[in-house]
Amino acid sequence: METILIASGLRKTFTLSKKQQQLEKTNQKVKVAVDGLSFTANKGEIFGLLGPNGAGKTTTLRMLATLIRPDEGDATLDGISVVKDPDAVRSRVGFLTGELKLEDFFTPNYLFDFFSSLHGVEPAVAAGRKVELFGKFGIDHFAEVKVGNLSTGMKQKVSLVISVVHDPDVIIFDEPTNGLDVLTAKVVTDFLLELRERGKTVILSTHIFSLVEKLCDRVGIIIDGRMVACDTLPAVCGGMSLEDRFFELYKDCKGEEA
Amino acid sequence: MKNILTIMKKELRRFFGDRRMLATLILPGLLIYVVYSLMGGALTDAVGGGGEDMEYRVLLHGSSDMISSVTLNSGVNVTYYRCPDCTEEHDRDTAATGISEGSYHAYMVIPEGFDEAVMTYDPAGGLPAPEVKIYYNSSDADSSAAYSTLLALLNALESSMANRFDVNVSPDVAFDVATEEDLTGMLFSMLMPLLLIMLMFSSCMAMTAESIAGEKERGTIATLLITPIKRSELALGKIAALSVMSLLGGLCSFVGVLLALPQLMGGEAMDAVDASVYSMGDYAMILLVILSTILVFVSLIATLSALASSVKEASTLISPLMLVVTVIGVSGMFGSPDKSLGLFLIPVYNSVQCISGVFSMSYEPAQIILTVAANLVTAGVFVAVLTRLFNSERVMFKK
Ligand SMILES: Nc1ncnc2c1ncn2[C@@H]1O[C@H](COP(=O)(O)OP(=O)(O)O)[C@@H](O)[C@H]1O
Ligand SMILES: [Mg+2]
Ligand SMILES: [Zn+2]
Repeated sequence: METILIASGLRKTFTLSKKQQQLEKTNQKVKVAVDGLSFTANKGEIFGLLGPNGAGKTTTLRMLATLIRPDEGDATLDGISVVKDPDAVRSRVGFLTGELKLEDFFTPNYLFDFFSSLHGVEPAVAAGRKVELFGKFGIDHFAEVKVGNLSTGMKQKVSLVISVVHDPDVIIFDEPTNGLDVLTAKVVTDFLLELRERGKTVILSTHIFSLVEKLCDRVGIIIDGRMVACDTLPAVCGGMSLEDRFFELYKDCKGEEA
Repeated sequence: MKNILTIMKKELRRFFGDRRMLATLILPGLLIYVVYSLMGGALTDAVGGGGEDMEYRVLLHGSSDMISSVTLNSGVNVTYYRCPDCTEEHDRDTAATGISEGSYHAYMVIPEGFDEAVMTYDPAGGLPAPEVKIYYNSSDADSSAAYSTLLALLNALESSMANRFDVNVSPDVAFDVATEEDLTGMLFSMLMPLLLIMLMFSSCMAMTAESIAGEKERGTIATLLITPIKRSELALGKIAALSVMSLLGGLCSFVGVLLALPQLMGGEAMDAVDASVYSMGDYAMILLVILSTILVFVSLIATLSALASSVKEASTLISPLMLVVTVIGVSGMFGSPDKSLGLFLIPVYNSVQCISGVFSMSYEPAQIILTVAANLVTAGVFVAVLTRLFNSERVMFKK
């Protein structure tokens, strides 16, 4: 098994504004979102980060995708450091999260070409990929409709396709099925399985147990920014259901603190 | 380089495809033309010189007891200066020089034996009446006022004498010694810098705030930031596109002003004010200055917009600048008493001085070169700052 992603000792803190302090009901100025997180992911597997809301999943993925820099620690993708060479990492990963929006003014067709060009994809290759992906997600029916006029589900599909215009080896998806209707969610999970089949590595985050059980080869459980368990699904569960095992870990973790 | 072009094309497509955005580019120029044309000669009156206790100095060639006493009795503040022992009439150019140097406000020529000729003149005889000639310079407010005063005085006298003499009737004499250049130069150099600077700034403002703060506000910039392009490419691509569009807006306004100003002066001046007195070289200079100024504006506004988290916040940050720019623009209306080259290193101020200089036909190439260079360096600094801001997660993902 070839390791493609190594995260070691990732730590990220945010300085909270007065408003954020009120929202979080705390008077601490600094929020530790991710606290010394280490894990690895292998080539050709689907790796899941499972954790409750606020555990630090999105923050971890944003660091891997080089949108933000870790305070401490580093992660390497194919040996390339997200801290030292973020530009090179960006050309190898595809990132999808709710935070990344598409401009309302443009059509899916135009945006696909635009992002293909920014990723340095040859026009001929991009054209072929567009036909294939647009067909698979049914985007060809609204390829010339401005994004502003699309439904949430349609937008999500376009965002997904845009995130893989450069056919990256590592695909990082934050809560891939959140807010999708069941049909679209199915299209997305099928796509993730297909990516694995093609030898791609998928890192996803979720708070949904069934999604992990259905898709993931290995799983890391994050609670309060720390990795409390990380292994293959059977090894983590140890005969229990994932849900039961999760709450056991959660109790251990919270109990320690109290 | 390719990425800069890709970003640039996207931005241009965004704005040219949007009718509302396009309108904000073209409307100001159109509006200026329409409004100024409607205002007609309003400005001529506003500019008018003179004033209550202005003393008009009039160089008088020849003499007339009649005119002297009428002037005295009417109470107008005109002082006649007689030519010291001259034998022949001064030519028009001498008059022009005297007036433009400010030694006199007008030059009046009374033919020899005028009083007698008026008395014996037979209006029914068919011969031309004795003529008083008054030379003046319409591009000089005080000279214009002196001319109106004298004309009113003599016209009153003329009608009380049953039209036994005339004032300024010779058809082939140009009594107004102002040259086309004088008039156009005065008007354009006074109004152009302020108008151009303000129009350029406002045309940069809306688009730049929309393109930078707007993308941040809507979360679309994050999508660009996870592509492998360099932050500097993103900054340059955006600034290039915004500059092209602002330049277009600036040119629309410029043409609007150019066409409208003569109309604004109205009446006689309309024929005298003519933008064609400037050479292609002059316009090329202006264009260079405008382009470099736009780069400063766009990069400055882009930097401020990057710091804001919404278009609204960006406008709040930018509006104090608008005030500063207006004040600098107004400074151009009065020309600068100090033309030392060091001043041409101050961005925007240098542009105003250059535009004013070119239009009043009193600029030096060194001033233009310094201005363009200083503006380019300033824009470069702001592009570097903008690149840093694009790199800063604290700025880009501020909640
Ligand atoms: N930009 C930010 N500023 C302040 N706090 C943040 C920021 N981003 C995330 N956090 C905090 O960090 C913690 C982890 O957030 P996140 O990674 O989004 O969790 P998850 O995705 O697992 O729900 C949360 O408490 C969140 O409030
Ligand atoms: Mg999250
Ligand atoms: Zn004389």
